[in-house]
Amino acid sequence: MNHPTSNKLTVVIKKDCPTCVLIEPVLGQLVEEYEGQISVYVQDDPTFPASINSKLDDTSLEFSYRNNIEIVPTLISCNDDEELARTEGWVRSEWQELTGIDSLGNELVDFKPGCGSKTLDPGMEEQLAARYDIALLRARQIELAESEDEIEACYDRGWSDGLPVVPPTAVRVIRMLKGTHRAQEEIIGNVPPDNIPCTIEKVAINAVLAGCKPEYFPVVLASVEAALQDKFCMHGLLCTTYFSGPVMIVNGPVIKQIGINNGVNSLGQGSRANATIGRALQLLIRNVGGGLPGGIDRAVMGNPGKYSYCFAEDESDVDWANLAQDRGFERADSVISLFAGEGLQPIVDQQSRYPESLTKNISNSLRSVVNTKLYGAADAILVISPEHRRIFRQAGWSKQDLRQALYNNLMISGADIIRGAQDIAEGMPEKFKDKQLSKFRDDGLHIVTTGGKAGMFSAIISGWVASGEKGSQLVSQKIQ
Amino acid sequence: MTNSIMLDPTAELNPVEKQILPRLESLSGATIGLLDISKPRGKEFLDEVEKHLLEMGATVNRYMKPTFARVAPQELNQKISVECDAVIEGLAD
Repeated sequence: MNHPTSNKLTVVIKKDCPTCVLIEPVLGQLVEEYEGQISVYVQDDPTFPASINSKLDDTSLEFSYRNNIEIVPTLISCNDDEELARTEGWVRSEWQELTGIDSLGNELVDFKPGCGSKTLDPGMEEQLAARYDIALLRARQIELAESEDEIEACYDRGWSDGLPVVPPTAVRVIRMLKGTHRAQEEIIGNVPPDNIPCTIEKVAINAVLAGCKPEYFPVVLASVEAALQDKFCMHGLLCTTYFSGPVMIVNGPVIKQIGINNGVNSLGQGSRANATIGRALQLLIRNVGGGLPGGIDRAVMGNPGKYSYCFAEDESDVDWANLAQDRGFERADSVISLFAGEGLQPIVDQQSRYPESLTKNISNSLRSVVNTKLYGAADAILVISPEHRRIFRQAGWSKQDLRQALYNNLMISGADIIRGAQDIAEGMPEKFKDKQLSKFRDDGLHIVTTGGKAGMFSAIISGWVASGEKGSQLVSQKIQ
Repeated sequence: MTNSIMLDPTAELNPVEKQILPRLESLSGATIGLLDISKPRGKEFLDEVEKHLLEMGATVNRYMKPTFARVAPQELNQKISVECDAVIEGLAD
């Protein structure tokens, strides 16, 4: 037998692990040879192993957590300054090398894999992080009295949009932060209207409030980055007396990965991802940005989408460009686009069997965006149902063909819509009287497909009356 | 333990404690509620307060809790919040 090294040894075990039970004689030998230089930590039963007197209770798992123990048994060799080496499970040759005892465990098998550390039990890691790493969280901690109801406490502090929020406990926030690789202290940008520098951690807290799962978090982060793009004009959108709020459209593989509804009732209730991703941005604007309804949010009526307005596109027709492709991304990219819009105006057409008829019908409805006599004022999203898309596809039309046909149909003589025309005071200024006008500005009409497979209904999401360079433009952000 | 601690989702520009409502800048033209909590001599005390308020140009509405032992009924709180700009509560005997 060689001499033990001068290094200090640490072993982490648990009784519930057959490998740890197997190596009990080895531990006994090490405790003798390394007297005063060895620590044996036990995760589950501090009376184990019965044959060793000097063992340390780690049922709190603090030592295991702080030392990143993933497998038991783990043997760690240290000098006075740092860890030198560690081995996991029972690998006799490695244990012999780390301890310097050539005969160590010769009576045992060469190799037996260990078990998972209790620190890695489901949900345990976040609990331990909340217990031991809460100091890493920068946000102010608010301690509730025992008599306080958590959800009512959130209401009392003004954190809610009117619906109950999920109380942002440390465990939940840490769990949310695990949804991204980005550092929690990174500043994602300045959130309007107060233009407050906002950390990833603050976004995570608001995503918890909104009810997001950690796997949604990258989409939430992308939605925030999109909203903060100058072109989107989030500040003005929040302050306006108009109805609009952020409408989110998601494209790409992330749709299936996290389950964003793009089928039946995709713009309706019932999908956690749709409901909470849109809500997270709104809560962030409220809580970090200070955008309170009746405060700086001066909407005359608002619209129900200001709770949350998020859906995914039906991408089942690979020859029909999705919105992200229209914006210059690849089909394999996951992208979120934000549009300043509101509501949903149905377009019923159960009779058209050819694109020409259907397009004319859609055009008629599109004229009503904002006002039938106001042209070039607001952008819009035309939301095509799968059944209506099929009519275009069966006739060999591409999305670009549809866009061009709509453009052609949506021209009008200025004289028909100037102020006073049709005995209506509202309308375009007199100077447009002799011009041909297009309903939408260039790049002002976006086309997406979503919804259930049955139903010959499409729809319009009408845009903010301050669309374009004077206000808000559709923005897209890749989801990382 | 950790469940009773929440992380502040706001910009942390305001204290944790609940904020008081903005104070009235003037009593002139304001409607002030006087809430008698049903303790003895509350009426006499509030009569005096009412005189001063009227002199300062306020309108005064009088209210009374059914009993001082319990918190005011929700209906009464709502009535006062709808009808008044501020309320003065007459406390002791």
